[in-house]
Amino acid sequence: MADKRFLDAIHDALHEEMARDSTVVVLGEDVGKKGGVFGVTEGLSEAFGEARVIDSPLAESGIVGVAIGMSVNGLRPVAEIQFADFIHAAFDQILSEAARLRYRSKNDFGCPIVIRAPFGGGVHGALYHSQSIEAFYAHIPGMKVVVPATPADAKGLLVAAIRDPDPVLYLEHKKMYRSVRGEVPATEFTVPIGPAVVRRAGRDLSIFAYGLMANEALRAADTLAREGIEAEVVDVRTLRPLDTTTILDSVGRTSRALIVHEDNRFGGFGAEIAATIAEEGFRHLDAPPTRLCGPDVPAVPFSQPIEDWFMLTAEKIAAAARALAAY
Amino acid sequence: MSAKETRTRLSPGRDGAAARRGDELRADQMLEMYYYLCLARAVDERMWALQRSGKAAFVISGQGHEGAQVGAVYALDREGDWLVPFYRSVAAVLMKGMPPAEIFLIQLGRDTDPSSGGRQMPGHYGHSRHKILSTSSPVATQLLHAAGIAYAAKLRGTGEVCLTESGEGATSAGDFHEALNFASIHRLPVVFLVENNGYAISVPVAKQMAVPNVSARAAGYGIPGVTVDGSHVIQVYDAARKAVARARTGEGPTLLEVLVPRLTAHSSDDRQEKYRPTDELAHLPERDPVRVFTAELRERGVLTPANEQDLRARVQREVDEGTELAEAAPLPDPATATRYVYFEPDAGP
Repeated sequence: MADKRFLDAIHDALHEEMARDSTVVVLGEDVGKKGGVFGVTEGLSEAFGEARVIDSPLAESGIVGVAIGMSVNGLRPVAEIQFADFIHAAFDQILSEAARLRYRSKNDFGCPIVIRAPFGGGVHGALYHSQSIEAFYAHIPGMKVVVPATPADAKGLLVAAIRDPDPVLYLEHKKMYRSVRGEVPATEFTVPIGPAVVRRAGRDLSIFAYGLMANEALRAADTLAREGIEAEVVDVRTLRPLDTTTILDSVGRTSRALIVHEDNRFGGFGAEIAATIAEEGFRHLDAPPTRLCGPDVPAVPFSQPIEDWFMLTAEKIAAAARALAAY
Repeated sequence: MSAKETRTRLSPGRDGAAARRGDELRADQMLEMYYYLCLARAVDERMWALQRSGKAAFVISGQGHEGAQVGAVYALDREGDWLVPFYRSVAAVLMKGMPPAEIFLIQLGRDTDPSSGGRQMPGHYGHSRHKILSTSSPVATQLLHAAGIAYAAKLRGTGEVCLTESGEGATSAGDFHEALNFASIHRLPVVFLVENNGYAISVPVAKQMAVPNVSARAAGYGIPGVTVDGSHVIQVYDAARKAVARARTGEGPTLLEVLVPRLTAHSSDDRQEKYRPTDELAHLPERDPVRVFTAELRERGVLTPANEQDLRARVQREVDEGTELAEAAPLPDPATATRYVYFEPDAGP
């Protein structure tokens, strides 16, 4: 085991997979000599050459569309979208092409691509460098969507995504790059796409979260424990396919569900979890499934007080948990 | 420039060279091209007959485009190279190895339709064994896939060339630019064949772009842009052969525009008399590639009354047999409609 930053875990997964498999290529804006705007692809160009670490033109549909073609002809592309906010230019390629290729050809073609995209706020990124975009893409049958919350998961899920035969959207919360550290196994490993994980056991309520919010939920649970409220924290980590078994089992133990995400509330991913609990876990419930989400404004605003107003924190999560526990 | 002044023109000085190169083709090669031309037309006409008789829900036709497709695909290594087609690619996919029966299985939405098992509308071709990429309906998205296929071919050193087809309407979409830009930067082994039939459904080319030719856009990517008369099979073959050779030797992509007549409405749900001038429609048969190539091959002495009769009988037989086979094939079982959203380990690769 080694103590790693979140960012280094992602980098290591890319480096090791590129070393293991010569068909793995990386493409995106500034991924070459610069090593990415966040430094995730640092050193890859030097190690594997410009032909496998491709500084792409500034065009997101092109990045994803080219990656799809590469995957059809024997490569395993990992496309980087510089900020998740810019991924929507590639929406048609993701929705109409990558996610449908297998279904529309009745398994004659597959599309083994990974799209990495830094998302999330709290870094003064404002309207176009802070957004959460998971709801749009988790909605699409044929897509897989993962959101790691720890360095070990960041590495294991990325390795699994690269080896997966289907398109995977890999969302990394940019505030975690240098602020979150953790133990990462030194030997080769994967974290399977699909299963959620209970990060902390508790009897009074379940908190469902992913990415940065799973970390904030754990901090909130520490606070709550000092007050005598035992919160169970479930790190969802794969949004599609969703591990409803782990979610429902947790609600079966606690009878209360708090769903937390930074993305807007209306039509957000939390609605899917809440609906699943309401439909399939109703008999366990002592309180309504409750969502704590980013406010329904179009995007995260810039200036400190209004960015702080937008962002969810352990304190806000603890407050919502107290109210739910007292219901 | 007014819309009326924007006129499509041929690249200068190509006709003479094309005629000379055409002479290099052997008679049996020209007859093979002619066979595919006639087969594609006969298959297409049968597709319409199936629709008109209520057996098929929809037709999107390649009539008028066949000559250009035959000429271009003949320049490929038809087994080794890739085709990324579009919805008018009847002749192109036949040449890449899909028999008429498979086109009719697609047309009739049968379970054994090799492109989609009846999931997609007719005209959405694909077949991995023949290196024909599965097609969608948004236009121009496929051009990026062709660039990616070509990048993989170059990186892996496979020697493959990728030919991709679109209409002129697709050249207005952003993905057209992104694909040509990326392919040019990396000098990829890809040929962008644009079949300009003058209309994107009902919108004429003058409202699609302010330059007279699609090929003019090549200048923005530093690659050759060529316009040829798509009614002349051998002229297209000549231009495509150069483009394929250029791709194969690492010199990069070519934007090859072929001017073709759209002999039918956009689809079976369209009435082109509503927006195309009567005079224009009346003169369309003069540009019909079947008519043009028939006359040319008779003049060259390649086509004789005897071999023409044999060839037409063979085409008729193959179309009839293909239709029968497809009509007898089963429809998809709804219980299978949930399959292959994702990879299924037990189902093989």
